[in-house]
Amino acid sequence: MLTIKDLLVKFPMRFGAFTAIEDVDMTIKPGEIHGLVGESGAGKSTVGAAVIGLLQSPGYVANGTLTLGDTDLRNLSPAEAHKVRGDRISMIFQDPQTSLNPLMTIERQLIETIQTHSSLSESEAINRAVDLLEDIGIKNAAERIKAYPHQFSGGMRQRVVIALAISTDPELIIADEPTTALDVAVQSQVLDLIQRLAKERQIAFMLITHDIGVIAQVADRVTVMRKGRVMETGVTAQVLGKPQHHYTQQLMDSVPPLDRKIDRFRVPEADDTIASNGAMAENWLLEGSQHARTGLSLTGLSVEFAGPRTSIFRKLPPYVALDDVTLNIKPGSIMGLVGESGSGKSTLAKAITGLVTPSSGTMELGDVVLPYGKSRSRQHPSRQLIQMVFQDPYSSLNSRHRIGDILTEPLWFYGFVKDEQEREKLAASMLSLVGMQPDAISKYPHQFSGGQRQRIAVARALLARPRFLICDEPTSALDVSIQAEILNLLKDLQAKFGLTILFISHNLAVVRQMADDTAVLRSGKIEEVGETNALYTAPQADYTKSLLDLTPVMPTTWQT
Amino acid sequence: MIAFVKKYEGLWLFVHSPAAIIAALVAVLTFLGAAFAPWIALVNPYDLASFSLFDGLLPPTWLDGANPKFILGTDDQGRDMISSILYGARLSLVIGLSALSIAAVLGVGLGLAAGYYGGRFDAIVMRIADVQLALPAILTALLIDGIARGILPASIQQDLRVAVLTLAIALSLWVNFARTARASTFVQMNKEYVQAAIMMGQRPIRVMFVHILPNILGPLLVIMTVDLASAILLEATLSFLGIGLPADSPSLGTLIRVGMQFLLSGEWWILWIPTLFLVALVVSINILGDFLRDIFNPRLR
Repeated sequence: MLTIKDLLVKFPMRFGAFTAIEDVDMTIKPGEIHGLVGESGAGKSTVGAAVIGLLQSPGYVANGTLTLGDTDLRNLSPAEAHKVRGDRISMIFQDPQTSLNPLMTIERQLIETIQTHSSLSESEAINRAVDLLEDIGIKNAAERIKAYPHQFSGGMRQRVVIALAISTDPELIIADEPTTALDVAVQSQVLDLIQRLAKERQIAFMLITHDIGVIAQVADRVTVMRKGRVMETGVTAQVLGKPQHHYTQQLMDSVPPLDRKIDRFRVPEADDTIASNGAMAENWLLEGSQHARTGLSLTGLSVEFAGPRTSIFRKLPPYVALDDVTLNIKPGSIMGLVGESGSGKSTLAKAITGLVTPSSGTMELGDVVLPYGKSRSRQHPSRQLIQMVFQDPYSSLNSRHRIGDILTEPLWFYGFVKDEQEREKLAASMLSLVGMQPDAISKYPHQFSGGQRQRIAVARALLARPRFLICDEPTSALDVSIQAEILNLLKDLQAKFGLTILFISHNLAVVRQMADDTAVLRSGKIEEVGETNALYTAPQADYTKSLLDLTPVMPTTWQT
Repeated sequence: MIAFVKKYEGLWLFVHSPAAIIAALVAVLTFLGAAFAPWIALVNPYDLASFSLFDGLLPPTWLDGANPKFILGTDDQGRDMISSILYGARLSLVIGLSALSIAAVLGVGLGLAAGYYGGRFDAIVMRIADVQLALPAILTALLIDGIARGILPASIQQDLRVAVLTLAIALSLWVNFARTARASTFVQMNKEYVQAAIMMGQRPIRVMFVHILPNILGPLLVIMTVDLASAILLEATLSFLGIGLPADSPSLGTLIRVGMQFLLSGEWWILWIPTLFLVALVVSINILGDFLRDIFNPRLR
C-alpha cells in the first residue's frame, strides 16, 4: 500500500526555489486504480516521479512522507532505491515507441528485466517471459517474442511495456499517460488490461492522465490536481459525479460530452481574456462576407504517395492515403471529420490547401475548381478564401516575428489594406475580437500560453477574410478548459461570419459539439457521412459504432 | 534586478564565465588594435622610411640589450614586432572576415534553397558540397591559386593576391554553412508556420528569407565564429607555405614564415611572438564560439 503525506517537491532555481507540488496526500491500496487528473503543469507527473525516485534533477523531495508497505521511500540508499524500482514499483510511460529499445528483441528486454530482479536461469526466464506475454493477450507469444519492437503495432508495444512492468511482480505501477498516444480502440484494450491486472494480481496502479473519460472508466478513486495542489480526492463516482470543489466542477463543465450536444461550454471568462469587442474588425469582416457563403465539394479525391525505391529497378507500390473520397460541405456549415491516426485526415486538409498533390478527383470551392498542389498558382483566389488553423500553436506562429507582423502579413499580402498603420489598427481590433488584449500586438509568440496562441492563430486566419476555414485538430494540444474556450470562440465566429468550416479531430466528443455534419474516415476511405446528431445516435457503419462504443465516457447517471 | 538578469541570461552566463571574458577581451583588443593599427603602431611595416636597420634584431624589453622603445623587440629589418603584429592581424582579419562573408552568403543561400526545394536540386547542391568537403582546404586554395596564376596576366597577379586568397578560403568554408542551413531548414519546413506561409502563396524567396532564416540564425552564428578562427588559420597556413601573400605584405602567416629562419639562431621572439599571438586569437575566437553555442542551445547547459 502506497501512502503519501504532505509531499512537497521543490526545484531549486538560480533565484529561489520553485515549488512543483505541495501538501499532496494520497493512499493507494493493493488492487486499486488511483486516477491522478489535472491540466498541464498540475504536477501529476511530478508525484509519480517522486514516488519512484526519478525526479528530474535538480528537483528534490523537500518534505512529507512516502511509504510503500513499511518501507520509507525517502530514506533509501541509491542501491536500495534501485532495487525497489522494478522489484516493487514499475513504471509505464506514454510513448511505447521510445520506452522500448529498438535494437533489442522483445525477448532480450524481458529476460534482462526478469534476470535483474530474480535468480531465474535463462530458460526459466524465457518461459516466464512467454507466460507473461500470453497473459497480457499476445497470441503465439513463443514465436512473437523473437520480434523487434518495430514489428509490433502501437497497442502491442504498449502491452509489451506493461509485460515488462509486471514481470517483477511489483506492488505498485505508475502509469504516466499510458494511452494518450494510442487510438481509441487500442486504448480501450490497454485500459481493460490494466483493470484486469489490478484485479487479478492485486497491483496498485497510479494512473496519471489528463483524460477525464479514461479516469471515469477505470479508476476506483481519483485525485484532482491543479498547480501542484490537490483540489479534491475521493471515490471516482463521487468526485466526478458530484464535484464538491468548484475547480472540479469547472473541469467537468469543460469536458465535451459524447452523447449530447451542448450549445456553449460553461467556462468562466479568464482574467486575461476580455469581452470581445473589436467592432472595427467585425465590420471589416462582415463587409468581406457580403458575397455568398461558399461550400466545398470533393469528388472521387484520391491521394497517393510514391512508394520507397528499394533498388534501381524496383519501387514499392504507392501508399494510398486517400481513396476515392467524396464529400460535400454545405455553404455556411461545419463539417466534422473524425478518424484515427493515419486515416488521412490531415492529408485531406493538405490536398485542399494545395500542399499535397492528389492523383485523381476534383475539388470545387463554390463553383471554382481548385487546381492540384503545385499547379495552383500563387495568385489563385482560393489561397485567400481557404485558411487553416493548425494543431500545434507552438509551431504555427513564427517565433521570431512580432504578433503584429504575423497578423498584418495577410492584410498586406492580399492587398486588403494599403496603409501600414491602418493594418496595425485592424490587427489590434481583431485581437480583441478573438478575446485578447490589443496590446499583444507588440509582443512575441513565446510570451503567450498555448490557448492564447491558438486565439492568435485564429485571428491570423480571419485576417485573410476567408470563406472556408480548415481547423486541423485545433484543440488537441490544449488543456480541456482551454479547449472549451477555443471551441466557444470558433462557434461564435462561425455564427457571426457565416464561415464554412472543415473541423478535423480524432476526438468524437469534440466533433459532436462543433459539427453540423460528420464524416468518418478510415484508412483513406469515408466510412460514413451524415447529419451529426443522426450519426451519433444511430450510426450505420460498424466502424462508427465501435468507435462510439470504445470512446471512454462518463456514465450518464453522473451528469449534472 | 532578478527580472533584469533573467531577461539577459546570456549576459549573466557571460559575467560568470572567466574563460569567455578573457577570450572576449583578447578578441576585442585584437580587433581594435587591427582596426586602428595606422594610428597606434610605432612603425609602418610597409613604409621603409619609418624604421631603421640599426634597430634590427633587438630583443624584448625584459632581456639584455633591449631598447625600451620596442617592447616585444624587432625583427632583422628593424621593424617593431608589435607594429608588425598589428598590421599582420589587420590583414589576416580582413581576409578572414571577407572570406567568411562570401562563404556565409553562398553557403546559407544554397543551403536554404536546398532545404526548401529538396529533391533533385538538394541532391545536386549536396553532392557538390560533398566533393568540396573531400578536398582538403589547402588543396582547394592551391588549386585556385594555380588557376589564378595561369589565367591572370602577371602584371595584376600581385594586386589580386589578397582577392585570390580570400576566394580560396571562402570556397573551402561554404560547405559548413550550406550543410547547417540545409539541415535546419528541413526542420523548419515541417513547422506549421512555414506551411501557412506557403499556403498563402508567398514567394519562395520571402518564405526562405523572411520566415525561415530568422529561425535558423542561432546555429549559423555559432558556425560563423568558429569558422572565423578556421579562416584566420587557413590564411596563416597558406601564407606560411608561401602560396598566400608575398613577404612584403605581412599577415600573421607571413610573419611566422619569416620568423622560421630565426628559430635556432637565438632570436626566438621573431618566430614565437606572432605564433603565440595567432594561437591566442584563434583559441579566443573558438571559446567565444562555444560560449555562443551554449547560449543558443539550452540543453547543453
